[in-house]
Amino acid sequence: MNIAASNADAADYVAAQQIAAGALPAAGTPWLDASRDKAKVILADVGLPTTRLEDWKYTNTRSITRTKFDPVLRSESWSETAVIEQLKVPELKSHRLVFADGIFVSELSSDADLPRGVRVMSMAQLLQSEPEYLKSALGSALPESPHGFTAMNSSFISDGAFVEIGAEVMLDKPIELLFVSACSGKDRLGLPRNLVLCRSGSSATVVERYLSATKSRSLTNVVTEVVLDDSASLNHYRVVDESADSFHVGGLFVQQDQSSRLDACSVVVGGGLVRNDVLVNLNAPGAAVDLTGLYLGRGRSHIDNHTHVVHHTPDGTSREHYKGILDDRSRAVFHGRITVESGAQQTDSEQSNHNLLLSRDAEVDTKPQLEIYADDVKCAHGVTVGQLDDKAVFYLRARGVGEDEARKMLTLAFAADVLAKIEQPALKGYLERCVSDLLSSITHTS
Amino acid sequence: MLSVTNLDVAVNGGMILNELNLEVQAGEVHAIMGPNGSGKSTFANVLAGHPGYEVTAGSVIYEGQDLLQMDPEERARRGVFLAFQYPVEIPGVSNVYLLKAAVNEIRKHRGESELDAVKFLKLVREKLKLVDMKEEFLHRAINEGFSGGEKKRNEIFQMAMLEPKLAILDETDSGLDIDALKVVAQGVNELRDSSRSIVMVTHYQRLLDYIVPDYVHVLAGGRVVKSGGKELALELEEHGYGWIEGQTAELLETRA
Repeated sequence: MNIAASNADAADYVAAQQIAAGALPAAGTPWLDASRDKAKVILADVGLPTTRLEDWKYTNTRSITRTKFDPVLRSESWSETAVIEQLKVPELKSHRLVFADGIFVSELSSDADLPRGVRVMSMAQLLQSEPEYLKSALGSALPESPHGFTAMNSSFISDGAFVEIGAEVMLDKPIELLFVSACSGKDRLGLPRNLVLCRSGSSATVVERYLSATKSRSLTNVVTEVVLDDSASLNHYRVVDESADSFHVGGLFVQQDQSSRLDACSVVVGGGLVRNDVLVNLNAPGAAVDLTGLYLGRGRSHIDNHTHVVHHTPDGTSREHYKGILDDRSRAVFHGRITVESGAQQTDSEQSNHNLLLSRDAEVDTKPQLEIYADDVKCAHGVTVGQLDDKAVFYLRARGVGEDEARKMLTLAFAADVLAKIEQPALKGYLERCVSDLLSSITHTS
Repeated sequence: MLSVTNLDVAVNGGMILNELNLEVQAGEVHAIMGPNGSGKSTFANVLAGHPGYEVTAGSVIYEGQDLLQMDPEERARRGVFLAFQYPVEIPGVSNVYLLKAAVNEIRKHRGESELDAVKFLKLVREKLKLVDMKEEFLHRAINEGFSGGEKKRNEIFQMAMLEPKLAILDETDSGLDIDALKVVAQGVNELRDSSRSIVMVTHYQRLLDYIVPDYVHVLAGGRVVKSGGKELALELEEHGYGWIEGQTAELLETRA
């Protein structure tokens, strides 16, 4: 039976957690022990998701569950400066924290000269030094019924990034969190757990990047929680560019207070199987969220974006625009759910998902889902799946541009509006290069 | 320059051009007129290499080479330019980006080095004046949100930038008001010289008041049924296409 099988898949991780629990950072802290234990029970109970679950209908986790990944829970003294140099974004000036298989690497990080009121540090260190500081915030943005991977992450909470932007602080320089997977050995499991607290009236940029050090098979299971107090604003970027043999399950869970603003941009350019869950709760009037996404599939990659925006209160604004470019035999899933609760009058919501298929064998399953319980709202959504416009290809060729180049130009143009929204020039340049490098491998003319 | 012999073209199995013949020498301006559905636009598109049309017989020799064997981009690089009847909108690609790519592809083909930014900009500014367009227009996406007149002006601007040897204007006058028509015509006239040939496809005689052709050909049923000087266009204006269609019917009967 599938259900039983999913529990069996989880059993290895439940067992590993039981062995590791006593040695995890700040073990012995009652609320934390209880929290990890509760997550472990959920993991044992719900198991790892299978295609029987509606939310996983199009994403088969067999490729993940057939391997028993080995959780990395403490430092293994990985410090490959050369690798980090290679993975850096040229010209991006940032406060940078580096994590190897989910564990903070102090020697590779540059978190000096942070302004007053800003804390950027290792979650493990904070757990050890001031666990009580995290008590109310850690886990506060998680979904009510997390899936098995999220529960797994919560059961192991060990390291990751802790970011706090103090009230009224305007931080110009981005905070860059660089997560390097497949650092040491094969079949390692990184479990970063991040918490970003934006105090009232603050403003900051956080960039999460996920990259592979080697081509070894690996699994990254990350959870990032974001809490935006009133009038806080955050630009959040998540870039997944791991190797074709990597698996990535990521969650971004957000609580937004009055008049706060989140601009979150997700870019997936590499990875064997990538699943991103986004949950944004607009908890007070005037909160606004803008989600943009770009995913590029090639080879046999599988990219699944599940987003859910919940308008709990009036006068909220949500925008969501995801675009996908799929080549070869790649496959993508988009599920964009918007819930407007009965009290959330005057909600203004827009959602779109556009997909460009460059190959006959590429496939996308896209599903917008609006659940509206209020009667005075503005909600719009649209979905398209298409191919390059032959008329446009001919137009460019008739001006002397070669066919491959014309197709590449039009494909880049399709992604242009997502990239245009990125304000940091260095980051924008980096992502444009990611996209155009990927496209230069497109040579067929279908 | 261009020699079209007994050209037959089909699309989706239907015959559109039927034994079409045309000779164009360097420096000449030819107008091709005809009623709707006579095959004018098909002919223009076939010359540019549109993949939607199938050439079933005949030949097109351009500067001594078989044009039909060339990809559209190669034709463009060798100096063939089609000003589209319906220029396509391409969001996300700016005018200047395409122009730079196009100019450099053509230069590369000729064995010339790429234009540096300063020279390119100088050239762009000079040609923008020709069609009375502002510089900010360069940074807009290709034809996106352009009015009909702006689209046609953009085609002529591109033509001026690329300096083709054989320019084909497909209904460049359609959808233009008289002021825009004058601007476009002036742009084309500036480009007239002894080494450049122009083939204008048009439904109306009006355009020919501003760009005076050396020859006029009337297309009906996919073939040239009458050729003459510029005065032929005036005759057509007076009698309408019915006059030609009547003559064609007689012609076909005589042949049979």
